[in-house]
Amino acid sequence: MFKNRAVSAPYLVWSAIFVIIPLGLVAYYALTTRSGEFTLDNLARVGQYAPVIMSSILLSIIATIISLIVAYPLAFIMSRASGNTQRTYMMLIMLPMWMNFLLRTYSWMTILERNGLINRFLELFGIGPLTMINTPGAVVLGMIYNYLPFMILPLYTTMLKIEHHTIEAAQDLGATPWQVLSRVIIPLSMPGVTTGITMVFVPCISTFAISRMLGGGSSMLIGDLIELQFLGNTYNPNLGAAISMVLMVIILICMAMMNMFDDGEDKEAMLL
Amino acid sequence: MKKSWLSRCYVGLVMFFLYVPIIVLIVYSFNENKSRGVWTGFSLKWYRELFHNEIILQSLSNTLIVAVISAILATLLGTAAAIGIFSMGRKARSLAMNITYFPIINPEIVMGVSLMLLFAMCGISLGYLTLIIAHVTFCTPYVILNVMPKLRQMDNHIYEAALDLGCSPMQAFYKVIIPEIMPGILSGLMMSFTYSLDDFIISYFVSSSTSQTLPITIYSMTRRKVSPEINALSAIIFVVVLVILIAVNVYGARQEKQQQKRYL
Repeated sequence: MFKNRAVSAPYLVWSAIFVIIPLGLVAYYALTTRSGEFTLDNLARVGQYAPVIMSSILLSIIATIISLIVAYPLAFIMSRASGNTQRTYMMLIMLPMWMNFLLRTYSWMTILERNGLINRFLELFGIGPLTMINTPGAVVLGMIYNYLPFMILPLYTTMLKIEHHTIEAAQDLGATPWQVLSRVIIPLSMPGVTTGITMVFVPCISTFAISRMLGGGSSMLIGDLIELQFLGNTYNPNLGAAISMVLMVIILICMAMMNMFDDGEDKEAMLL
Repeated sequence: MKKSWLSRCYVGLVMFFLYVPIIVLIVYSFNENKSRGVWTGFSLKWYRELFHNEIILQSLSNTLIVAVISAILATLLGTAAAIGIFSMGRKARSLAMNITYFPIINPEIVMGVSLMLLFAMCGISLGYLTLIIAHVTFCTPYVILNVMPKLRQMDNHIYEAALDLGCSPMQAFYKVIIPEIMPGILSGLMMSFTYSLDDFIISYFVSSSTSQTLPITIYSMTRRKVSPEINALSAIIFVVVLVILIAVNVYGARQEKQQQKRYL
């Protein structure tokens, strides 16, 4: 077999310079003052922003759960459809993803704003203008809208692997529809569930554009906080780096939890 | 029978949710009025203004230049890396793959911020160079992940056969290995190109006002109260994407049919 380890050297050097060193820099900035002395102040100051961090975690969890609930039946229906229908559904779901997410979010501004489409429609029935934009609800809606396909696709791929015979066998052996769902379909689709959760939760918790556009100033997220420290009026890269570290830890915890779920499943499968 | 009706309704509802905002954008692109809420009449005014908007045209050309250059660089770097990593021992390989997964898992905002810190520390001013470096950094892992499976699927004996038949290792590499992994290289190239075109968050932190890419221009337009050119721009992008996707699908279906014929 053709072997040449040396050809990967440029890539490894590139990764060292542009992936690993920058991360080291984030850690360095988080742990130093502006004049370069060691300090834990930045990390301590992140504590002041605990409400922002908690609310971004909460909003991201809500968005992830709703995405899962909406995507699960859809993925199942897709995986049971005929070949051509599946291809069409896939295309229909991929198509919006190809448009930049800023354009899609901008459209929701048109729909939700004070004299936007929904309020104009409600006006016909004499229902007063509702405040929809610049609320946490609008931010959650924007997250779900933008990242729903990331939930659908992994669910769909794992569900494709569930053979119809397995479901039929469960039915023949007397399982009720609920039992088929909870003891056959859900356990077998677990890898898709965990992948989908990470793929939706990670971009949700680190976004800043969606909250800026649909949330106005009402709901600040971790992403907004980081962006403000680097490009906003309150220029403070040390604090920004500290918040970035916290964000990375939150994501690591999320992924570790998802891994745990997966491992549990594997062990169970092995016991069987 | 009843069940299939229900599931069709459900799919229809989700599709409605996914497509309503896009339809709204396209419909409003033909609106004569500047305001988003009011419809006053059909007009192609915003398309005309779009093509006379220097900032949008400039950022479109920036986006294309950056995407082409970084996709090509990422493909070269990533293909070489995949071959090298594939030849490594087990331990080195898993370490290299972990480094490769990292930019994919790491939230984009952290990557943007960390690169910004690096460029600031080295005194590199933000511009095309920093954009291209950043894009190559986040695209290369996708190239590696596309090429790797092709290397694994490849039959070891073909390369040896080429050597036995008198090829030099270099010739065997170009005439046997490269064609074998070409589909992976091409899909890596396409993926890099589209991710580079679409990237907003990382570019936002590593570009300057003179090297803005299209997503950054779109973002600054949405920050203004009224910018109806965005609607026209979205409509054009939607049509382009639709045509490309249909073409790819038709091509894929045709190839599948041909393959089936071959088996018959």
